[in-house]
Amino acid sequence: MPPADLAWMLAAFALVLLMFPGLALFYGGMMKGRNALNMFMMVMGSMAVTAVVYVGFGHGLVLGDSVGGLGLIGNPLEYAGWTAFTADDGSDSAYWGAFYTLFAAISIGIVASGGAGRMRFGAWLVFSALWIVLVYAPLAHWVFAFSDEESGVVGGWMRNVLGLHDYAGGTAVHMNAGASALALAAVLGPRRTPHGRPHNISLVLLGAGMLFVGWIGFNGGTAAGANFLAGYVVFTTLLAALGGGLGFALVEHFRDGQATMLGFASGLIAGLVGITPTADAVTPLASLPLGLVCGAVVAWAITWLRRRRVDDALDAFAVHGIGGIVGTYLAVLFASSAAPAGLTGLVFGGDPLLALTETIAIAVTLVYSFGVTYAIAWVMDKVRPIRVSAKQEAVGLDRALHAETAYDFDRI
Amino acid sequence: MKLITAIIQPDRLDEVRESLSAAGVTGLTASVVKGHGAGAARTEYYRGEAHAVELRDKVRIEIIVAADLEDAVVAAIVAGARTGQIGDGKVWVTDIARVVRVRTGEEGAQAL
Repeated sequence: MPPADLAWMLAAFALVLLMFPGLALFYGGMMKGRNALNMFMMVMGSMAVTAVVYVGFGHGLVLGDSVGGLGLIGNPLEYAGWTAFTADDGSDSAYWGAFYTLFAAISIGIVASGGAGRMRFGAWLVFSALWIVLVYAPLAHWVFAFSDEESGVVGGWMRNVLGLHDYAGGTAVHMNAGASALALAAVLGPRRTPHGRPHNISLVLLGAGMLFVGWIGFNGGTAAGANFLAGYVVFTTLLAALGGGLGFALVEHFRDGQATMLGFASGLIAGLVGITPTADAVTPLASLPLGLVCGAVVAWAITWLRRRRVDDALDAFAVHGIGGIVGTYLAVLFASSAAPAGLTGLVFGGDPLLALTETIAIAVTLVYSFGVTYAIAWVMDKVRPIRVSAKQEAVGLDRALHAETAYDFDRI
Repeated sequence: MKLITAIIQPDRLDEVRESLSAAGVTGLTASVVKGHGAGAARTEYYRGEAHAVELRDKVRIEIIVAADLEDAVVAAIVAGARTGQIGDGKVWVTDIARVVRVRTGEEGAQAL
């Protein structure tokens, strides 16, 4: 790619890298103080496992030529060992290998919500590897691998056969991770001890801020260059995030009596999730209310889901699953033909087929992610329990699993 | 010799120290503690989930003084700590049998 494009893409890569400590702090701050380091370790550990899988054969599974031309899974041998990446052949494949590794790693990082505070660390790492291969790779192939008629490369069925519009991974990253977190939580069962208050809201805000910055690279980098689209989606991403914070805070104000910092930060992330599949399809004016509705619906969804028995500890399904679904349907309704994607929403007389396409993609994503993730966790649990003992859970995972503590003193 | 112990609101510590200095007290020990009196639990909201917070942050002050200073010190603490709200805390006085200054080994009134 031209030097200007590469410069922006490298910057975007660095920004996306910020999402990992960001997610770790965002999640860790919401845990009890004695489970904070374990949460950091889950996010960073699964990131490292992703790199191992990607160097081996993961990148080929996602972006390789579709096996048998079926659009179901990429050829794992295509980038195996990344040996071809040493040559400057003009395709920038080394860069894309690195960029897509981060997409996979942030997805599994979000899934950590479902295992928070009660999963063995070794089991989490094994689960991460299996999840990347069996859940993420097929979905990412379906969504991120474009067919190229000129070279005869066949991509994934959702993108190329179904004709899904998903700008930067609303399905493959967010709905996938959300549904998977729910499945993992269902297999593990709820936490034994009362989970109490988040131990450090300041860390949560710091993490949310880093995620916000990282998202600019995530959506902006998906534009694949220093171009108008990159500038456009950075703007819609900003507006949706801020709308999301307002939406969540408004629900809290009218329901609970006051707006909270944790709520605003959660709404910010919900808005970012909602704009991820839609950043190129809506006008800047529409992106603000899109984020606002995502934040408001997620605020409601968290409370609704917490009354259910499944303990998705950090609400990944509500924030990433439901947030992504709401954002996608809002774009189906309000997409503007003036925006770069050129889609026309149903409200402006667009083709109702768009609603059907997105519904199929969402339904397949949720069913596949939940089902396969549940199966992986269930089978692993039968082989060897993936949950920590009641005693370890009571002591706290930082001391019980990692022999270290985040703080000199803990909250009473 | 008396041990005067007080539980006060955390943000009144500076006022209490000022009023104690004015009353001639030169030393004190303060620690961060948690507790509750008769007041109702405070409710906090996290992602819409209500949490009852029963134990509040408090500061405990301990001062050892000669018996004749007791009334002045108690009055100074009460003056500095009072906001008129529920949860302002308590002050109590206990007799102590022996005090030793670690550095010199002095005992009793010399050690104060």
